[in-house]
Amino acid sequence: MNYTQELGPPRSLLPLELEGVSFSAGARLIIDDVSVRLDAGRRTVIVGPNGAGKSVLLRLCHGLLSPTHGTIRWNSPEAPGTARRQAMVFQRPVLLRRSALANVLYALQVAGVSRNHRQQRAREALLKVGLDGLRAHPARVLSGGEQQRLALARAWALRPEVLFLDEPTASLDPGAAQEIEAIIAAMHGAGTKILMVTHSLGQARRMADEILFLHQGRLIERASAERFFKHPRSLEAAQFLEGELPW
Amino acid sequence: MSSLSQGGLEALRLIAGADPKLVQIVSLSLQVSLSAVAVACLAGLPLGAAIAVSRFHGRRALIVALNASMGLPPVVVGLLVYLMLSRAGPLGELGLLFTPAAMVVAQAILITPIIAALSRQVIEDAWMEYREQLHSLGETRLGAAVTLLWDLRFSLVTIVLAGFGRAAAEVGAVMIVGGNIDGVTRVMTTAIALETSKGDLPLALGLGMVLLVIVFSLNAAAYLVNETAQRRYG
Repeated sequence: MNYTQELGPPRSLLPLELEGVSFSAGARLIIDDVSVRLDAGRRTVIVGPNGAGKSVLLRLCHGLLSPTHGTIRWNSPEAPGTARRQAMVFQRPVLLRRSALANVLYALQVAGVSRNHRQQRAREALLKVGLDGLRAHPARVLSGGEQQRLALARAWALRPEVLFLDEPTASLDPGAAQEIEAIIAAMHGAGTKILMVTHSLGQARRMADEILFLHQGRLIERASAERFFKHPRSLEAAQFLEGELPW
Repeated sequence: MSSLSQGGLEALRLIAGADPKLVQIVSLSLQVSLSAVAVACLAGLPLGAAIAVSRFHGRRALIVALNASMGLPPVVVGLLVYLMLSRAGPLGELGLLFTPAAMVVAQAILITPIIAALSRQVIEDAWMEYREQLHSLGETRLGAAVTLLWDLRFSLVTIVLAGFGRAAAEVGAVMIVGGNIDGVTRVMTTAIALETSKGDLPLALGLGMVLLVIVFSLNAAAYLVNETAQRRYG
């Protein structure tokens, strides 16, 4: 049955294609007929006003929610029961009541990484986010910034093809946020596709190659970051930029 | 001197002198209740975790039933276990009636719902917080249940000790299925009831003190475990 292994490494997950995707919770339509194709490589940042459906769209892509209508198709989907090739970092990291290292090891264990590789991969990931010195500390008593770095290390150790980030720096001070951004950039540099939601336009400017602008559940505009910030095409985006940017 | 203070002094003497009768009763009590807690944990914790992380038809009704059975009257449980284990009962062949094993069964039935219902609540609250992250990592429901049980171990200790307190302090069920036979099935609570009615207040009071001390220290221990864990693990 395990024919993917016999055929060598699986094909890339990407591109990810959304076709007419809608999602409603009760009577409320949260995502309204979104179609988009996401390719490997570029850092894609989703922006939009509060309640635009940004986080829901991210969860739909990651498979935490199922669309009410429409299809979400990966180029080569993850087979059920096999290790995930995508990871997600949430606004508030959920860490287990064990050491920082054990949190990363746990993720590797769930991903089916063999016991003798886990330790090394976990230590590498912790080194990359600058937490190796704190590896024996209980994860939940680390500072907010350290916890989020640990969440990134946990994701990085999995070597995902795609990393989803839902406002990863929203509850952090600027210094910690900067460290998080640097780690995300490094992960991108190592070949991981970044798909991030942020409400900070400053962060979107710093991090994005391309922007998806969401408004009332609809994908209004997709543009390169440069273009989007200089010449938004849609009225909604122009108003949003004007309202959000004090300068 | 009032009978209380006189009895109290005599009771302290029994405790200090490790009166063999008292020691025997206390140790049987502990054996029975600890075994019952062990059985109840084996059944109740996985049950609580399973209900917490799954969604199925009739789940709410099951939770209501489980919560309601926390208040099972011990004498009723004792009666039912008695009927099951009596010679004519469906499990009469086992010959368990009036043995410590029957008392373990009765106490385990009493506290399994307590452990299952309380752990279900604690685990479900945590599941709300962990669910997306664990799904994101690709964890299965079974794996999630195990992970949550371990992650909540310190909160669960409190629940388990609450179950132990209930088992050790209960009198109705063990009286019926154990029969309060001297040296065989006499535990602290049944001995207290008997000695009081016989008028042997020192032994009753002494056992009462031991029972109070056990229950009190357990609760103190649970509190300390939780607080220390909270500080160390967050």
